[in-house]
Amino acid sequence: MSLRERLAAGGFAVTAEISPPRGAGLQQITATAALLKDWVDAVNVTDNQGSHVRLASWAGSLAVIGAGLEPVMQMTCRDRNRIALQSDLLGACALGIRNVLVMTGDHPKFGDHPGAKPVFDLDSIQLLWTLRTMRDQHRLLSGRRLDPAPDCFLGAVENPFAPPAAFRAERLGKKVAAGAEFVQTQFVFDVPAFARWMGQVRDLGLPGRCAILPGVGAVRSRRALDFMRDQVPGVYVPDDVYRRLAGVPPDRAAAEGITLAAETVKQLAAIPGVAGVHLLVAGNEQAVPAILDQAGLTAARGSDGC
Amino acid sequence: MTARPPEPVREPVPVHPRLGARVAYRLQRALRPNPGYRWLAARIEASSRARTAFTRAERETKQALFGCRMCGQCALPVTGYVCPMGCPKELRNGPCGGVGADGSCEVYPDRRCVWVDAYERAASAGRTADLRLLHRPADNRRWGASSWLNYWQGRDEQLWTSDAGAGPGAGP
Repeated sequence: MSLRERLAAGGFAVTAEISPPRGAGLQQITATAALLKDWVDAVNVTDNQGSHVRLASWAGSLAVIGAGLEPVMQMTCRDRNRIALQSDLLGACALGIRNVLVMTGDHPKFGDHPGAKPVFDLDSIQLLWTLRTMRDQHRLLSGRRLDPAPDCFLGAVENPFAPPAAFRAERLGKKVAAGAEFVQTQFVFDVPAFARWMGQVRDLGLPGRCAILPGVGAVRSRRALDFMRDQVPGVYVPDDVYRRLAGVPPDRAAAEGITLAAETVKQLAAIPGVAGVHLLVAGNEQAVPAILDQAGLTAARGSDGC
Repeated sequence: MTARPPEPVREPVPVHPRLGARVAYRLQRALRPNPGYRWLAARIEASSRARTAFTRAERETKQALFGCRMCGQCALPVTGYVCPMGCPKELRNGPCGGVGADGSCEVYPDRRCVWVDAYERAASAGRTADLRLLHRPADNRRWGASSWLNYWQGRDEQLWTSDAGAGPGAGP
């Protein structure tokens, strides 16, 4: 069952994240995909995340398909103009990649090439709108006709916690209007704040039009926790969560991070309108089975009819 | 008019407007396109000297008030009169996900996110519905041109829409 089919059937979907290698090899990504295959419905392949150069998302996505798992190709607006973005979508769809996750992307200033020219020719909403028009109206942004049209399942991201808080549900509404059919959120450490945002999302009638998958991560160490809280734009770690994770001895930090993630998954699954979870575990993919096991989501996924 | 040539701001940097939201919205009513402005814009465009002088006046005014970078397709009327082209990612449809908890820009942490500003100013005037409009991709050929002339001539009518079904292309 594909991610699109599972969400359409109202099933609880699980996605995770793979970071492609800094190198011209596919061995590592193939092995990670094989590890995750029976646990998740699909896996995101990041697009030079944090503005650090990595193997291209479309190439990583092909490796994931080769390993028997469904990829979600991430596509940022940071590095390509409207010509390249449309061309890449056509190429990816022609190669069998179906799920495309659109985001604005981190600013190059935060990456390993801080002097790079930031492109941002389109924003994430304009890109979603363009891709949906390509698929549904068989037209490029220019108006020229396409044949055959790409068949894609369009995803977006949202940060429920970032200011202006009163606008965040509306912003998701704009993405849904532009074409988003599923959304994965930034790390959720503050479940009550997420639940308040979900209330606004339900008031706008979005869950019936767009599947909402909150992001959950497993923090591995005190260092990772501090980095996430202080260095990653848009991640908010409430004080009680910080104290809980920082309060355990170093040798138990990873286990506590997994336990917290599993608890968070269970709490989020109980919120009306939540269609699944997105495990933000790039670089820590081996934590996925433990998180899902502790959360009671052990049903094998990849094997049920791929 | 000053003799000093205009200095275009190259890099997008968030700018807090120097003009209050209430005054800005009042000016919006006064400057709304009408046959008189359309006639005036056509006259100005007919003379390259008049167009240059007018464009320079627009540049100086909007640079001082809003940090305008002269994209030539002004979104200010529907963004709380905060320029979205000051966003380091030039986002015209709303904020990115990296806004700091205190409302700061992720790229310039000592400055406020233009969209946090825009939301507050639009809310203060009961205009938050403006922020739901979908902005089409900018036309990069228009940089440096007067957006007031475009606005009065009706060339800006397709910049944004409330109807996503219309498609993101700018039309002809």
